[in-house]
Amino acid sequence: MAEEIKAGCARPTGGPVGEPAPESKSTEEKNLKQENNMIMVGQKAPDFTAPAYFKGKFINVQLSEYLGKWVLLCFYPGDFTFV
Amino acid sequence: MSIDSVFVHKMWNDHELSKMVKTGVPFPMLSDTGGKVGKVYGVYDELAGVETRGRFIIDPDGVVQGYEVLTPPVGRNVSESLRQVQAFQLVRKSKGTEATPSGWKPGKITLKPGPDLVGNVWKVWKTNMAFD
Repeated sequence: MAEEIKAGCARPTGGPVGEPAPESKSTEEKNLKQENNMIMVGQKAPDFTAPAYFKGKFINVQLSEYLGKWVLLCFYPGDFTFV
Repeated sequence: MSIDSVFVHKMWNDHELSKMVKTGVPFPMLSDTGGKVGKVYGVYDELAGVETRGRFIIDPDGVVQGYEVLTPPVGRNVSESLRQVQAFQLVRKSKGTEATPSGWKPGKITLKPGPDLVGNVWKVWKTNMAFD
């Protein structure tokens, strides 16, 4: 029987079950990826573009367009997730 | 920013958030489906497939001045984020001649770092000032 999902603050997700897929990436690649994940205060914020919904319109936002202004960039787990 | 599409953002704004804030969300709701931006900022949770509650303060030069990352069930303190922005703005305006000690908020004393202040912070800053 299908199990009922308890609503939490992150979107419920699934994934593959059983034997894990064989590792394909070399450790060197993985280490490089981890280094890329470090954000340091006092360093430039990585630039990006992202589609956005803003006051009834769909727009494209690029972080570097906000140079000259203070920016609060907030991430959150998902729409309709309570908190 | 979240991994939701701009269409879901619209629905959330129109059907729920606009009932909390009359004008609707006053800033762009960014979409990061796939979590590519979240990965670069270190807030993408690969296992859950969502982004954690990260908040970054970026100054007018595009430099990260501070950040905070929480797991999903605990919400942010918006006043604290704004206080930090005000503190960074003050420091920037003073060109680094002033610093904001623990518990600083607008109206409270700042410190002017220099030779005369070494060992003398206790004269101008008391521990009760660390609290509201």
